[in-house]
Amino acid sequence: MMPVNYYLFLSLTLFCIGIVGVLTRRNAIIIFMCIELMLNAVNILLVAFSKMQHLAAVAANPASAAGTEAQLFVFFIMVVAAAEVTVGLAIIVMMYRNIHSVDINFLNRLKH
Amino acid sequence: MNISEILFWFLTALAILSALMVVFSRNPVHSVLWLICVFVAISGHYILLNAQFLAIVNLIVYAGAIMVLFLFVIMLMNMNTDSEPQKNKWLKMAGTIAGGTLLLVLVAALKNSELRFQNVEMSQGNIGLIHHLGKVLFTDYVVPFEISSVLFLSAMVGAVVIGKKD
Repeated sequence: MMPVNYYLFLSLTLFCIGIVGVLTRRNAIIIFMCIELMLNAVNILLVAFSKMQHLAAVAANPASAAGTEAQLFVFFIMVVAAAEVTVGLAIIVMMYRNIHSVDINFLNRLKH
Repeated sequence: MNISEILFWFLTALAILSALMVVFSRNPVHSVLWLICVFVAISGHYILLNAQFLAIVNLIVYAGAIMVLFLFVIMLMNMNTDSEPQKNKWLKMAGTIAGGTLLLVLVAALKNSELRFQNVEMSQGNIGLIHHLGKVLFTDYVVPFEISSVLFLSAMVGAVVIGKKD
């Protein structure tokens, strides 16, 4: 048994580390990796809440299956993340082919 | 302090330290390797919560497939040198302060919530096992499952269209 608070704070810490990475790095691939980190922080929170709900439901009804939806939701988040990574990396490779860099500060063509 | 609490704190420390190393290491290849470390720690958390299906999927999809894709792209661009130009020092500090302030505000807001009286079920319960999840996935959630296969197909077509030489 673990208080759900600890999982909440772990998830918040990972999410904020991801935000700091997105704000401070210039390499587009690192920024993309920090976005993956934030997605995983949310996933771990969803699983923790799923098990919390299951524990509360099992006390009333031992055969309860409450909390299944959250784990399936995590599964679908992983599916969407995999699709997102393929398209995003293709865009980054295209950008590297055009401007020979993955530095996001060179992506200011819309400004001029 | 029993074994699952020790494992919880160990995996938490591993995840947070590796996440910090992802952000602060200069070499992109090292960042990818630390990110794999974070994913392994998160999979360990899933196993502790008895969500074994998600633990294995996390290892295979994230640490196995997605990170290898990142590594391929980084090595394709020959970026395994420490040649990244640094951002303005003040901008970096502002980003760190913004993220830290967000963490501070969220922790302060959630510290005394009702959630601290709720417990998480560890290493028991069968909702995370593949037998149960598969049954629900292929009965109640079969339409979203098929739609996600269409999403994969469109992502594959999109990646090929974007990536091909014109």
